[in-house]
Amino acid sequence: MSFPWARQYQPKAPLMRYLDEKLPLPRFVYNAVGAGYPVPRNLNYMWNFGVLAGFALMVQIITGVVLAMHYSANALVAFESVEHIMRDVNWGWMLRYAHANGASFFFLVIYIHIFRGLFYSSYKAPREMIWLIGVVIFLLTMATAFMGYVLPWGQMSYWGAKVITGLFSAIPLVGEPLQIWLLGGFAPDNAALNRFYSLHFLLPFVILGTVILHIWALHIPGSSNPTGVEVKSESDTVPFHPYYTAKDGFGLGVFLLLYTAFVFFMPNALGHADNYIPANPLSTPAHIVPEWYFWPFYAILRAFTFDFILPAKLWGVLAMFSAILVWFFLPWLDRSPVRSGHYRPLFRKFFWFGLIPTMAVLFWCGGAPAEEPYVMLSQIATAYYFLHFLVILPLVSAIERPEALPYSITEAVLGEDKKAVLGENTTPAT
Amino acid sequence: MIRFVGPVIGLGFAFVVLLAFVVGAYTVATEGWGEETAEHEFHLAPRHVEYEHDGVFGTWDYAQLQRGYQVYKEVCSACHSMKLVAFRNLAELGYSEAEVKAEAASWQVPGIDPGTGEANLRPGTPTDYLPRPYANNVAAAAANNNAVPPDLSLITKAREHGPAYVYSLVTGYRDPATYAVDGHALREEFPDFTTPTGLYFNPYFPNLNIAMAPPLTANGQVTYADGTISTIDQMAKDVSAFLTWTAEPTMVKRKQTGWPVLGFLLFATVLAWFAKKQVWAPVKPVKRKDGLDRDLEGGASVTAPQATVDTAHQHPTGEA
Repeated sequence: MSFPWARQYQPKAPLMRYLDEKLPLPRFVYNAVGAGYPVPRNLNYMWNFGVLAGFALMVQIITGVVLAMHYSANALVAFESVEHIMRDVNWGWMLRYAHANGASFFFLVIYIHIFRGLFYSSYKAPREMIWLIGVVIFLLTMATAFMGYVLPWGQMSYWGAKVITGLFSAIPLVGEPLQIWLLGGFAPDNAALNRFYSLHFLLPFVILGTVILHIWALHIPGSSNPTGVEVKSESDTVPFHPYYTAKDGFGLGVFLLLYTAFVFFMPNALGHADNYIPANPLSTPAHIVPEWYFWPFYAILRAFTFDFILPAKLWGVLAMFSAILVWFFLPWLDRSPVRSGHYRPLFRKFFWFGLIPTMAVLFWCGGAPAEEPYVMLSQIATAYYFLHFLVILPLVSAIERPEALPYSITEAVLGEDKKAVLGENTTPAT
Repeated sequence: MIRFVGPVIGLGFAFVVLLAFVVGAYTVATEGWGEETAEHEFHLAPRHVEYEHDGVFGTWDYAQLQRGYQVYKEVCSACHSMKLVAFRNLAELGYSEAEVKAEAASWQVPGIDPGTGEANLRPGTPTDYLPRPYANNVAAAAANNNAVPPDLSLITKAREHGPAYVYSLVTGYRDPATYAVDGHALREEFPDFTTPTGLYFNPYFPNLNIAMAPPLTANGQVTYADGTISTIDQMAKDVSAFLTWTAEPTMVKRKQTGWPVLGFLLFATVLAWFAKKQVWAPVKPVKRKDGLDRDLEGGASVTAPQATVDTAHQHPTGEA
């Protein structure tokens, strides 16, 4: 589906005409990310991050497939095989650093993408399905990243695997057998490492499939935009190519500059020194912390320290999973008919002065040792986190009086000109 | 339904976690922030030390790496293995092929007697990895007061501030009886603190008592092949530089690869910026010169649509 004024693919070369008849793949690409996809003309740079996330996924798949050619998923040799990649494989150090930092940058991009969606309420009708699939992608990515971090079989790999699979043991009755079943043993060992490797190789392709669904669902209503006003006429849009391919090209350049600066000049800055110590089941690291992208949720897990009817550990596990699952319900929790935070004065205040500082505190506490005052801070932040999405957001959307919206995207860009609004004074982009 | 269940769940989680907060706050109010420990109060961050390989333009000081290798061979290797480094890798320190062969042959490595098939020791070859000092971890622990000396191949990556940590640790042994930080004496603040027999006091080690005996005890302990005067400080610097190399032999190559990559990307990004500007020129609103721009809600500036039309005609997108 697309807007009626979307340009049609017209193959000129005989080969392309032949291909279009037999398997219209070029037509598909043309309509997906080419000139055949009309996009609102007013997107800001926050709208670059979808393409960047897709790019980061491809970097991870390509570097990962090559790394898999040199890695051995056996608890006896896994650590040494990673060092073999670092020392003896041609450009192996670059592949591994690109893959390890690629995961961090993938998450950085995804987090910006998600919080863009939260500020502009991109999850609202008619785009609920895009958002729901997006949350699924986020969950799959977290699982993939976690299992990938286990593969080098360092101290943090081992103890991270132990702590995270240990979460399942909090489930009443079936918890302990479930944990043993998941690990294939009483503690992480070869069985766990092998299945994590298998799943770490499989899941990125599942993610790729869900990304295709994500983009498919996007093309039905078309992209949202910073005003939240739907596309009304041709003058509201420009074709994706060349306008957004050019803009994404610049965004990609900036992304790559930052990413390669980390890969070549501080490749271990985002990692943990303990993971260069081989896994040792008999020696527990002083501070077991996951990678930075899990810190906010790790802080929520550890915030529950008091047994209230249920054990504290079970509360923590429930809260940690609920913290992400709550995103699934946002399209129905937020009832405001206005999408963009630009036109929602109260929502905007809670976003910038409530949610964002809360995430920062959770992030900071999640990486800190489980001591006071970090625990108390993360408890307050956790309480606000749940209140924000489940209580404040529905309330705000019920009582807030939104500001006046522009009549159309064209008006927002070109000004309040009646002729422009009627499409008389503007030339549709060619 | 979600509009009723949602707030209930939200208030539920908030209530439970705030209950935990109240309990935690009560504990802090009645018992304080937790007891201060000697490990927390008297542990020192690694000292600052500079190397040629520091920074984004850093390169190896090969003479220093060779000296560091000598310190490792003559001091550290008595207890610490180096299992990820092979003799062939020493060629990267500037040794010639013949020197590497001679160096390898100066070590005894485990082998198999071709006549009998029994395990024996033979001179090393360039393809051999540096042999370990103990047959297994049990033997290593038995000889070192129950602590296994860690393999040193990756030690500078496996510790925070690795090279500085190694340098500070091997030069940082102190007498706990007289040790003080900022005028606070350890013995006065923590009279119960003891260093058990067989352990050694070292404030750069996380729990202050380390099983490693001071490895560098006297100036001139190693006689450097290049004639450099081997003070304890010099030996510590050299061996920590060498251990930086063993942890990441490709470090300098990595930094040197990074510059052309960044340069290319910077160039490509600038091109992409101008390409973007040119592609968007026809549809970007043009500011009016007569200053009749008015402000809209949201801060978008008002512009002249007429000018936009003209620009669009002058610059067909095809040019971009």
